[in-house]
Amino acid sequence: MCNHQGTQQRKNLQQQEVELTEFEKQLINGYQGDFPLTAEPFQTIADALNTTSEKVQKTISDLLDKGVLTRFGPLYNIEKIDGAFSLCALKVPAQRFDEVTELVNSYVEVAHNYQRDHEWNMWFVLAAESEQALETLFNDITKITGCPGLNLPKQTEFFVGLKFEA
Amino acid sequence: MGLKQSKQISKEALVKKVMAATQTGLPICDHPYQVIAEQVDTTEDELLDIMQDMTSQGLIRRIGLVPNHYALGYRFNLMTVWDVDDSEILRLGTQVGQLSFVSHCYQRPRKAPDWNFNLFAMVHGRSEDEVNRQVETIHQLLGSACGEMAQLNSVKILKKTGLRIRKD
Repeated sequence: MCNHQGTQQRKNLQQQEVELTEFEKQLINGYQGDFPLTAEPFQTIADALNTTSEKVQKTISDLLDKGVLTRFGPLYNIEKIDGAFSLCALKVPAQRFDEVTELVNSYVEVAHNYQRDHEWNMWFVLAAESEQALETLFNDITKITGCPGLNLPKQTEFFVGLKFEA
Repeated sequence: MGLKQSKQISKEALVKKVMAATQTGLPICDHPYQVIAEQVDTTEDELLDIMQDMTSQGLIRRIGLVPNHYALGYRFNLMTVWDVDDSEILRLGTQVGQLSFVSHCYQRPRKAPDWNFNLFAMVHGRSEDEVNRQVETIHQLLGSACGEMAQLNSVKILKKTGLRIRKD
């Protein structure tokens, strides 16, 4: 019954708009934050929305399967604990894009990676245990790919956290 | 005093275990926190307390459903980058971060001569018109403090996982 955890990432590359039921919209709009910290959180939601815990669980599970949700659970401000993070970019020749994507994605320290329509065409977030480890990692990636790189750790965080309306 | 200290140390260890256990999310079942509690050798009550603390401290930004914005029809996701006067960046960055359509807003270093932009703002819209208006709003807000800017459309998601730190 509790086997969904850990399989959440599988369809998260869904990039088409998905048709949603009113109930699905209600869940998405209502619970992007403030998921209850109660012993039976799905029941708490079900009570608020006049439905059953089973329906809430099944709907969330289906939304993950369909790739409408990329994740369900706590979102951490991991920088508060430890580690170093940076937004990095590479300038990748078009004909080598797939090959370089594979190289870059093979690092577990690479989180989000996006192709963008700019001469700096690959943008990814690096996570490492320390500033020094991050620098080493970044140098390693530019060396192994042979592409020019930018390492742009944030200096000031002005805002993080829009909620999307379904 | 000594006792209190050792309890604090173990609390820190527990926080890390909780983060590791929920890295890929919460399980979907009647008692999800009970499942996590068992994985980190604590009780459901203590886990709920500690996650409440982590939320108050800002370590947990939020708990909930994380939508894939593409699936919700937000097809136009633009990273906008701006060259803003260093003397104005804190004031203006704060204002840009407050705009309703900006999801992430950071100051980052310039890397001359390759990269002269120091303000990053992610904007999201359901149509090209919508994001164009958003970009124009930022432009006007920055006014004469801003030199060049660039828009970097996302063409494709190449990878999207949570942040992980390799622990060898």
